Amino acid sequence: MVTLNHYLILSAILFSIGTAGVFVRRNLITILLSIEIMLNATNLTFVAFGRALGAADGQIIVFFVMTVAAAEAAVGLAIVISVFRHRESLNPDSFTNLKW
Amino acid sequence: MSDVLLFYLLGAVAVVASLLVIGQRNPIYSVLLLIASFGALSGLYVMLDAPFAAVIQIIVYAGAIMVLFLFVVMLLNAPHEDTEFDERVHPLMRPGPMRFGAALAVALIVELVWALTKRGGESGQFPGGAVSSVGAIGRSLFTQYAFPFEVTSILILVAMVGAVVLARREGQER
Amino acid sequence: MTPLLVAQIGLILVIFHALVLAAAGMVWVERRLAAALQQRLGPTRVGWQGLLQPFADVIKLMFKEELRPRAADAFLFALAPVISASCAFAAFAVVPFGGDTTLFGLIPEGLRLQVADVNVAILVVFAIASMSVYGIVLAGWSSNSKYSLLGGLRSSAQMISYELSYGMALASVLLVGNSLSLTDIVNRQAGAWLGVLPRWYIFLQPLGFLIYLTAGVAETNRAPFDFPEAEQELVAGYHTEYSSMSFAMFFLAEYVNMVTVSAVATDLFLGGWHGPLLPESLGWIWFLLKVGALLFFYVWMRWTLPRYRYDQLMRFGWKVLLPLSVVNLLVTAAGVLYFGM
Repeated sequence: MVTLNHYLILSAILFSIGTAGVFVRRNLITILLSIEIMLNATNLTFVAFGRALGAADGQIIVFFVMTVAAAEAAVGLAIVISVFRHRESLNPDSFTNLKW
Repeated sequence: MSDVLLFYLLGAVAVVASLLVIGQRNPIYSVLLLIASFGALSGLYVMLDAPFAAVIQIIVYAGAIMVLFLFVVMLLNAPHEDTEFDERVHPLMRPGPMRFGAALAVALIVELVWALTKRGGESGQFPGGAVSSVGAIGRSLFTQYAFPFEVTSILILVAMVGAVVLARREGQER
Repeated sequence: MTPLLVAQIGLILVIFHALVLAAAGMVWVERRLAAALQQRLGPTRVGWQGLLQPFADVIKLMFKEELRPRAADAFLFALAPVISASCAFAAFAVVPFGGDTTLFGLIPEGLRLQVADVNVAILVVFAIASMSVYGIVLAGWSSNSKYSLLGGLRSSAQMISYELSYGMALASVLLVGNSLSLTDIVNRQAGAWLGVLPRWYIFLQPLGFLIYLTAGVAETNRAPFDFPEAEQELVAGYHTEYSSMSFAMFFLAEYVNMVTVSAVATDLFLGGWHGPLLPESLGWIWFLLKVGALLFFYVWMRWTLPRYRYDQLMRFGWKVLLPLSVVNLLVTAAGVLYFGM
């Protein structure tokens, strides 16, 4: 019997994988991908709770989260492109101009 | 019985694919593995009686956002990370990130599981309900959530304009 | 193992083989029709009237050497044609092509001629169509060659641009048909107005039909939108470096995509399997005739119209087709509201 807890635990695991990816990886594209993993984990939580409460609101919130994720991915990748043109590197450690 | 089996199968695919996403050196493989993870999540949405969420996950995430990522990775000819450092040691195998990352991830999992499963008394069985129809979602989207819907359209417009402006080369006349 | 289950499994096998045979048949149709349009004969020697020509082509392709450039990414190079072909077949899984049939009384209840009756079938077709972009873009990238990369990027940019108009045309039909399920939409098109004009949605949505077909032709990378495969400009675009069966899989994918687009257009706009003179259970004959008419139109367009240049193609997709499809959606919505359908 698959209960709500199963989905929540799965979502927690996915979220922490995404978080670990953001911290560990030193490549801007992989960091953006890890952010997408985190957003997907929250989507799963929303849909699972929507099903458990019997409301369609879970799917509607998922709709909005996906839209925002698309907008964020587009702008994030545009920033990555313009930043790459300056420094020819995708390693966040090489953008240290503002460090004192 | 087949329900539980399917859940574990899809969950395993999602978790393993996500782990490989953050473990791959080549960004193209990362993108493709993430698409596989999205596919597994889409299957989980179908199991949760949310066919609309499942299909728009494929259309929007796997079919559009990931294509954008793939284009950017290809056009930048993104180098494998850490070309200036020692490339013989895998990024996840270095002592610092490995220990810190693993400890952080485990701590986060424990915290989240504790927070999410402490919700009152019931064990969290799903009520027997019908598949929510797309019509009901649409009706709710245009009446109760009409304001966020319109705001997201402005958000997408702003994102489009911003992406075009940010990615333009310096010194273009138009 | 009820008779219905056996019949459903048999149906899946029949559909799969029918799609492969349809692709083979399209090879013959294309070459004979192209010849007729160009006032020559075409292949007539292999088998009666050249009908075995596709099989000869397949045997020739199978005997060719399977090449892979050394600098190519091996895994992605092998994966790309698989993605193209499997998305092409998967999209047909939700397309109904006949009414309930009892196979001449062999099974007690009716077998619906559809692999899976999903109630969001239109969205599933759209989703799988948007996944087929990956086959092309990965083929272009993994070949590690300039022509392939250029062709792959152009082709995938074209496909994602025309997907928008494709989706808008689908949305207009959705408004009129009031349902996302293909079976429901076809069943609403049964009968005729005044006994003579069939209730097909092409009469309610003429612009939508044209937009859908145009976007469908662009999605399947067929002429006049086949610049990414143009032999004169790009050698062969994204499948330059492919040979033997991988190349055959790309072509199989292209023809099966054509069949799927025609089948969905028939279901949405041309009334599916409804037609005069035949009972419901033989409706698939009408379906095949209508799909055949649309495929004839496809081949006819390829050998009649000149090819669009790439920037003309993109300009047409974004500046003409997309606004037209939005206007179509608005007018349809106003019409549905006014006429209270």
